[in-house]
Amino acid sequence: MMAAPHRAAPLTSRGGRRAALAGRRAWLPIAIPAATLFIAFWLLPMAKLAGLGAATPQGMESSAYWLVVTQPRYWHSLANTVALSLGATLATLAIALPVSRFLARHPHFPGRRALMALLLFPLAFPGVVVGFLVILTTGRQGVLNTLSRALTGEPTVLAYGMAGLFIGYLYFLLPRTIGVLMAAVEGIDKQWLEAAQTLGARPWRRFIDIELPALSSALTAAGAMCFATAMGAFGTVFTLGTRIDVLPITIYDEFTHYANIPVAAALSVVLGLATWAVLYAANAFAGRAAHGR
Amino acid sequence: MNIATPARSMASGTTGAPRHPSTAKTPTATALAIRLTRCAKTWPDGTRALEPLDLEVQAGETLALLGPSGCGKTTLLRMICGLEQADDGSRIDFGDTDVTRVAPEARGVGVVFQGYALFPNMSVAGNVGYGLKIRGVDAATRRRRVSEMLALVELEALAERRIDQLSGGQRQRVALARAIAIEPRVLLLDEPLTALDARLRQQLRVDLAALLRRLGITCVIVTHDQEEAMMLGDRVAVMSAGRLEQLGTPETLYRQPASPFVADFLGTLCRLQGEAVRHHHGVDTLTFRPHEVRLDAPGSGLEARIEARFFLGSHVRFELRLDDGQRCTALATASAGWQPGERVGISLIPTPPAQETLPC
Repeated sequence: MMAAPHRAAPLTSRGGRRAALAGRRAWLPIAIPAATLFIAFWLLPMAKLAGLGAATPQGMESSAYWLVVTQPRYWHSLANTVALSLGATLATLAIALPVSRFLARHPHFPGRRALMALLLFPLAFPGVVVGFLVILTTGRQGVLNTLSRALTGEPTVLAYGMAGLFIGYLYFLLPRTIGVLMAAVEGIDKQWLEAAQTLGARPWRRFIDIELPALSSALTAAGAMCFATAMGAFGTVFTLGTRIDVLPITIYDEFTHYANIPVAAALSVVLGLATWAVLYAANAFAGRAAHGR
Repeated sequence: MNIATPARSMASGTTGAPRHPSTAKTPTATALAIRLTRCAKTWPDGTRALEPLDLEVQAGETLALLGPSGCGKTTLLRMICGLEQADDGSRIDFGDTDVTRVAPEARGVGVVFQGYALFPNMSVAGNVGYGLKIRGVDAATRRRRVSEMLALVELEALAERRIDQLSGGQRQRVALARAIAIEPRVLLLDEPLTALDARLRQQLRVDLAALLRRLGITCVIVTHDQEEAMMLGDRVAVMSAGRLEQLGTPETLYRQPASPFVADFLGTLCRLQGEAVRHHHGVDTLTFRPHEVRLDAPGSGLEARIEARFFLGSHVRFELRLDDGQRCTALATASAGWQPGERVGISLIPTPPAQETLPC
């Protein structure tokens, strides 16, 4: 009680006020370049892109936006992209969670370093290399096809369809996700699990009641990262040369083959909005689930 | 058993003389004895955490495991609740049941962890009711039990709070309520008050002692604080380097320590020896507690010079130095006026022998 006036004094004094003002001004030298960069490299190009989409492509009667939302071709492309990205994200989380848990809980076992290195190896690969890996495993000359023909006489080729794309996406999503989730699992207080155990909770129950809620923010963040990465994935799809259209490929085609810049711009904006909308919905859902318990 | 009824322990008589008549405790119907037989623990790297040890905690008794960090007391506690598997050949019985190989989730043991380990994703009520939810207790009964438990630890008003909105002392009480909500047969507390500041610890120690007596549950408390062990434990087991040094009532341990380690760990012990000691007291070594020293004007017996004087409110602490360089400590009443540099005569106040008052 004696300390209160002493502690309050410097804040109301002139020196204190000057210090507070200086504190507020201190971030200006950092804020100005940051704001300049943001405006120059984000806001202006984005505004330009959005503006381009409003233009009318040559030989058309309506704006590119109108075309993009009315023509089934684009709709299919969008639906493919969202479905593939969602599926790949969920599969990645489902595979990465047990793997991360195992790795985090077993800090010492023979070959752990080697396994970690192998798991994280594809991190640096460009999409082209990932596409090539998919062809090597499940393409016409791939391991899977050779095995399948030897065993059943029937060919099995996955690389150039939806399954091939899916496998390719897992290649580049898994290493990122395992890294994030491992850190999150390591951050769980072991005593929470022990407390639940002494209260009678069996392993599955402890996982549902204690671990999953503790991991929910990491899972949401990793899921969002996976989804956004998958939505924009280009190299892998391009290499596989599938007949399935995903938005990044459609944008590329419009831009380079047809020089239809307004539609390419409009599709880019739609890709961004769709990604944002799905992530927003997922966040809201996760938030409600967390509050519901 | 109905934990919320405080009067139970008053009703029936006790066998043996209770330490404090007003806080006499009898085992409730479900209190179980814990018997450890040749319990040992060796870590995978070969280091021995616990030498083979026999220990019996009587039904309804509160036993304090006291020792410095790394002495194996927490390992012993974790073996009792099953979170640590004892070495082969060890045996743990709860009453007549061998629980050595029973999983922690099936032992029915309430545990208060050192950091409390409250679930951050649940409210206070959610934490306290979790064990009941696991047991499939219906929502209405659960609500009633939770409010009973919260009333017991005086936290009714905070039922819907999040854990991060609680103070340290409140968290400690929530952890306790959560542990006893499942009506455990055995209650284990790992350093329950260590995380709190000194003043709060004093208060909660008194509260916890009263609550444990009320519950009449078999209880084991791990602590490194001798005062906490002496206040909360009906008996205290002093441990050192994976071994049980001595087991007895606080009075026995203090007055008749079985080893120098026990004597040192339970408060200050002074040792004086040499020609002067032999001449005045007729013994080779004189051991005593600081409060057993009486200071007089020099001349009659053993003499010393006052090196330092510390005024501590209720008493004064003197650091003394004999002519041959030996040092000891003396506690005197606050009115003692000796100053540093003065010479005093040392004599010992005779103390009665320890009362062996095992509860139950």
